[in-house]
Amino acid sequence: MPEQDPSARPRIRELAEIGGRTDTRDVLAHATAQAHREYDDYFIVDIDAHVSEDHFWAEVLELIDNDVWRHIGMDQLGKFAGNNALLNIQPGMSQQSVGGRIGHQGRKEPLDGVTGHPFVGAARRGMDAMGLDYQVVFPSAMLLLGMHPQDEIEVVLGRAFNRWLTEVVLPQDDRLKGMLYLPYNTPEACEELVERYAGDDGIIGYTVCSTRNNPVHSDVYTRLYKLIEDSGKPLAFHSGYHWGDPSFAQLNRFLSMHALSFTHYNQIHVTNWIINAMPERFPKLRMVWVESGLAWIPFLMQRLDHEVLMRPSEAPGLTRLPSEYMRDMWYTSQPMERTSMELLEAGMKAFGAETQLLYSSDWPHWDWDAPSTITRLPFLSEQAKRNILGLNAARVFNLPTDRRKPAAQRVLQDRPGIS
Amino acid sequence: MSAAQHEIVVAGLADLEERERLVVEVDGVELGIYFHAGEVRAWHNVCPHQGGPVCQGKIMPRTVQTVREDRKNGGPAFHPSDRTIVCPWHGFEFDIGTGRHPSAPGIGLRPIPVRVQGDDVIVTIRGDQPGFPGR
Ligand code: FES
Repeated sequence: MPEQDPSARPRIRELAEIGGRTDTRDVLAHATAQAHREYDDYFIVDIDAHVSEDHFWAEVLELIDNDVWRHIGMDQLGKFAGNNALLNIQPGMSQQSVGGRIGHQGRKEPLDGVTGHPFVGAARRGMDAMGLDYQVVFPSAMLLLGMHPQDEIEVVLGRAFNRWLTEVVLPQDDRLKGMLYLPYNTPEACEELVERYAGDDGIIGYTVCSTRNNPVHSDVYTRLYKLIEDSGKPLAFHSGYHWGDPSFAQLNRFLSMHALSFTHYNQIHVTNWIINAMPERFPKLRMVWVESGLAWIPFLMQRLDHEVLMRPSEAPGLTRLPSEYMRDMWYTSQPMERTSMELLEAGMKAFGAETQLLYSSDWPHWDWDAPSTITRLPFLSEQAKRNILGLNAARVFNLPTDRRKPAAQRVLQDRPGIS
Repeated sequence: MSAAQHEIVVAGLADLEERERLVVEVDGVELGIYFHAGEVRAWHNVCPHQGGPVCQGKIMPRTVQTVREDRKNGGPAFHPSDRTIVCPWHGFEFDIGTGRHPSAPGIGLRPIPVRVQGDDVIVTIRGDQPGFPGR
């Protein structure tokens, strides 16, 4: 090998292993590079992200408005339950990180030196690194609360989380937005929360965690739906899993249970919503279905159309086919199944993705999607990509579309993925 | 060799043997260099899935399914010698030696020519190579 001329010697920079303590900006440096090359001028709204609030669970527990439950929560926090105090998630069955292979799931990133609340600092790092203008944050650890046998706990935690979100987190950065947690097992408590927060600018919608067995068409919810419809803000059903459900308890791998359960709960709720003609009774209520991917949507459209055509007497409130009502709803993109571009394209056409699809990252969960999952789809027009990445969300959630993020190039200059 | 490509010493062999993996950026191209089973390999640090920093993830033994007598399930086990590169973004795994995904051999890492001369590990980088971060 000839000797290299020192002046022409290449610059070699070593990159470190990425793990659970790696700075978000380093984990996402490739996404920042993608933003710089491919979508820096796009307006991007991320409808579903989870900055892990369990690290700040003590702050949420402190805001519980019932002395007894607060006492029990704080007692558990310092003992066996730790950051899962009062929650019904089962840490031993939370295998999302694939044995630690995916470090950002449940990460413990040092946040010393960030300005403001560390939650906000971590979220800002993620938003800047991915090139997001806005991000809607959602609680991770509370996703299973709908299955908690103690309704009172869902109510006190829901109220405390909403206070923490609106009083501690959202005021610190108006690029962060929230969807109010609705303790759906107790409709009266939901109504009271909607009435209290309807005018809060940081709250851009309401969320029900889909993992639960409540029939969404029940009359116990009609007042709640009317209040939400009147507020002009959308209602989102955020799906999840529940390995304790007897059907899913047959599945012996996390991946199998995860693949089926996240689509299952939203399929049940959409089916009840449509077959009971709720869109006819609440025509202005904007419905958003979160984190079930996309492949289930064309399946359910065809399946329900097929059944309704044969049994119209069982869905007498419908004046259109189920697929037509489904085309009026909104869906978030992640986790977007794309091993077959033909199927994905057909599915997107079926529900009108150009106007009805909302980009979501689900960061920092293990199956998150970068904005490039949309910009790289070969069959979408430039306008469709812009709609899906942010303009549809701006319409649904009433967000201004001026640029809020720093230039990707500047983000890379400040922190070039050194690890 | 075309004018657009050049050879670069990126590591010492003894050092690489000890560390098993080294990830570097050379003039804007990111790559992982691996020593495994007496062989040296170099792969672009760009995952075929979403462009993640694949070489910066964990290195794990490949997980295999064992089968007991009468075709009964013997449970998962770590392969005694096969090692995989795990992408830290979503967990795609790739064999260190072949660069192929264990369940989908059609999906794989992009190789970078690499050779050893004495103690030098030398890679060939092409200026027009699509190996820039996240591509
Ligand atoms: S980018 Fe590598 S697994 Fe997704």
